[in-house]
Amino acid sequence: MTNKIWAYIDQFKGEALPSSWETIGAGLTLAESLGGGVTAVVFGENIKGVAEEAFQYGADEVIVADDPTLGDYRAEAYTTLLAKLAADSAPDVILFPTTTRGREVSGMAAVDLNTGVLVDVTALEVVDGVVVATRPIYAGKLLAKVQCSAKPQLITLRGRAFAKPVEDATRSGTPITVPAALTEDEISVKVVDYATVSGGVSLADAAVIVSGGRGVSNNPKLTPPGDLDEAGQEIWKAQQGFKLVGDLAAALGGAVGASRAAVDAGYIPYSNQVGQTGKVVAPDMYVACGISGAIQHLAGMRTSKMIVAINKDPDAPIFKLARFGVVGDLFEILPPLVEAMKARLGK
Amino acid sequence: MNIVVCVKQVPDSAAQLSVEGGQISWGEAPLVINPWDEYAVEAALQKAKDLGGSVTVLSMGKESETEALKHALAMGCNEAVLVSDPALAGSDNVAAARVLAAAIAKVDDVGLVFFGKQAIDSDTGTLPAQVARVLGWPALTLVSAIDELNADGIKVERAIEEGRQVVQSGLPAVVSVIKDYGEPRYPSFMGIRKAARATIPVWALGELGIEAPSPVVAWPEVMAPPQREIATEIITGGSPAEIAATLADKIMAEKVL
Ligand SMILES: Cc1cc2nc3c(=O)[nH]c(=O)nc-3n(C[C@H](O)[C@H](O)[C@H](O)COP(=O)(O)OP(=O)(O)OC[C@H]3O[C@@H](n4cnc5c(N)ncnc54)[C@H](O)[C@@H]3O)c2cc1C
Ligand SMILES: Cc1cc2nc3c(=O)[nH]c(=O)nc-3n(C[C@H](O)[C@H](O)[C@H](O)COP(=O)(O)OP(=O)(O)OC[C@H]3O[C@@H](n4cnc5c(N)ncnc54)[C@H](O)[C@@H]3O)c2cc1C
Repeated sequence: MTNKIWAYIDQFKGEALPSSWETIGAGLTLAESLGGGVTAVVFGENIKGVAEEAFQYGADEVIVADDPTLGDYRAEAYTTLLAKLAADSAPDVILFPTTTRGREVSGMAAVDLNTGVLVDVTALEVVDGVVVATRPIYAGKLLAKVQCSAKPQLITLRGRAFAKPVEDATRSGTPITVPAALTEDEISVKVVDYATVSGGVSLADAAVIVSGGRGVSNNPKLTPPGDLDEAGQEIWKAQQGFKLVGDLAAALGGAVGASRAAVDAGYIPYSNQVGQTGKVVAPDMYVACGISGAIQHLAGMRTSKMIVAINKDPDAPIFKLARFGVVGDLFEILPPLVEAMKARLGK
Repeated sequence: MNIVVCVKQVPDSAAQLSVEGGQISWGEAPLVINPWDEYAVEAALQKAKDLGGSVTVLSMGKESETEALKHALAMGCNEAVLVSDPALAGSDNVAAARVLAAAIAKVDDVGLVFFGKQAIDSDTGTLPAQVARVLGWPALTLVSAIDELNADGIKVERAIEEGRQVVQSGLPAVVSVIKDYGEPRYPSFMGIRKAARATIPVWALGELGIEAPSPVVAWPEVMAPPQREIATEIITGGSPAEIAATLADKIMAEKVL
């Protein structure tokens, strides 16, 4: 374990989260300035496949802890092990994806290792041998340059801010296996149950996001079933609107997002909310349907590569950020747009 | 069993931010309780009612930063404490976690500590887990519901990338809550009056019995994001189908897909 740069691979039930591989790519770029190679670190149970993939994505070395106590992620067990390995081998930098687990383990390991963590970083540079990171603050309204004077420097990388390395199926290696650091009795948290949400692309990893706002319920031409009360009718209408939003997302292989107004009105779960108090996303294309573009919504999607807005109101602030806009009714524009995109993408 | 809830004072979420002379400026925007922390206060008040304990709201900040504490008092918290010391300026997260942990340890018989998910100004979201680590207590983060809570332990639902995870642990424990927990209550008229009159005790490092932890993270530069030149093109003309076809062609021509 001689490499000074480590990449923490976040996995769930034997599958790496896509943003994990970006840590290897960013690590290899840092290694060009700092020297050495990149060591990937994978914890879990039955994760041989993840270790093999780590080599294919460019890791020079892979440390694996494969143990039943690590099957369910528990912050204590993962942190204690990572801090122990880092204390023994003294890496200079450990890169994590900014996933829920990556954030937590990096923060807690910073306590154990008496160092600091630079969180949700979008760019890295090496200045006179020191790693300087750029991170958005105030939901991206400003940027800060941050650095950590202690070692290891723990850094979490924002998903999709760094390129994913090209997978090379011919690369392989033998992982270094290490034991778990805690026994089951020593871990105070027990996982009782999971309810995984099936299918769909997650907002964080999506290359395309199609979002709906309060406007998705605004179609006077629809007649809801008669047995619904007023609130029920509005939600029923919103569901018809979100079906169109979902159709476009599906045609583009993307995920569905929403404004807070849509979430608060009960049209769609909070996990879909984009914005300052929802998820901050930066897809290649963001399509806003029936969203006015309040500052808190813009904070969550303004760095998207290309924004398309469909809104009835020509003065809606969302148009200021949009590359393309349609002033019109989403219920009229979306159905032919779904077909037109499908045709052009050969679907 | 008593409850502590940690809150931060931040500029309002609608603030226009700028950098003036290297310093962050939010203009005339009001300073408010971090919006995520309102959910934490709500959870703390509900659970204290169930368990019959008191709620202490805790904030670390400058001596003038009492707005978030007053809001939490007005919502119904029993006590408020401000941790403030000139030596704490420039604290990074690990330093802040050590200080908050020391303050929590000073409160009697704490069974649960609530946090918001993330502060909307510096946006790190790591403090709750770090405070738990310093205290050596379980970290139950991103909690959407508390299914069970009694003297022996707690069972919660967490929102993770893959969906929902149900976990349990013993007490004391640290919990960060998300919006799914439920709408926070509005401060009552009586609550607002009580909060306005309250004198909030200030604990300096001496009272906590710790030295100032030395921060290792620095933020030497803040800047406005690069201005993006966006030439907006409004697609007009023809039927919805014609507009959709033109838009689809233009999207393809941008080659981002
Ligand atoms: C502390 C705080 C945090 C917040 N966090 C967030 C956040 O994280 N995310 C977020 O999104 N908001 C957030 N908000 C709320 C934000 O201020 C706005 O209220 C919200 O974004 C508005 O959502 P909207 O654009 O869907 O609704 P509206 O502003 O009501 O806009 C609806 C739009 O739909 C258009 N429309 C109506 N019918 C149609 C139709 N048939 N076809 C096409 N267009 C149509 C209208 O012209 C209008 O522009 C926050 C607010 C606060 C105070
Ligand atoms: C520009 C800039 C960049 C920074 N970058 C980093 C960095 O990368 N790494 C780093 O270690 N530090 C960083 N800091 C320092 C960081 O802001 C402080 O450590 C802060 O005290 C905690 O971080 P947060 O506000 O992001 O908390 P979060 O972890 O986002 O807050 C989570 C919850 O903790 C509670 N909480 C937060 N602050 C307080 C408080 N003061 N009192 C009571 N409860 C609180 C609230 O319940 C909140 O919802 C930065 C500061 C600035 C100004």
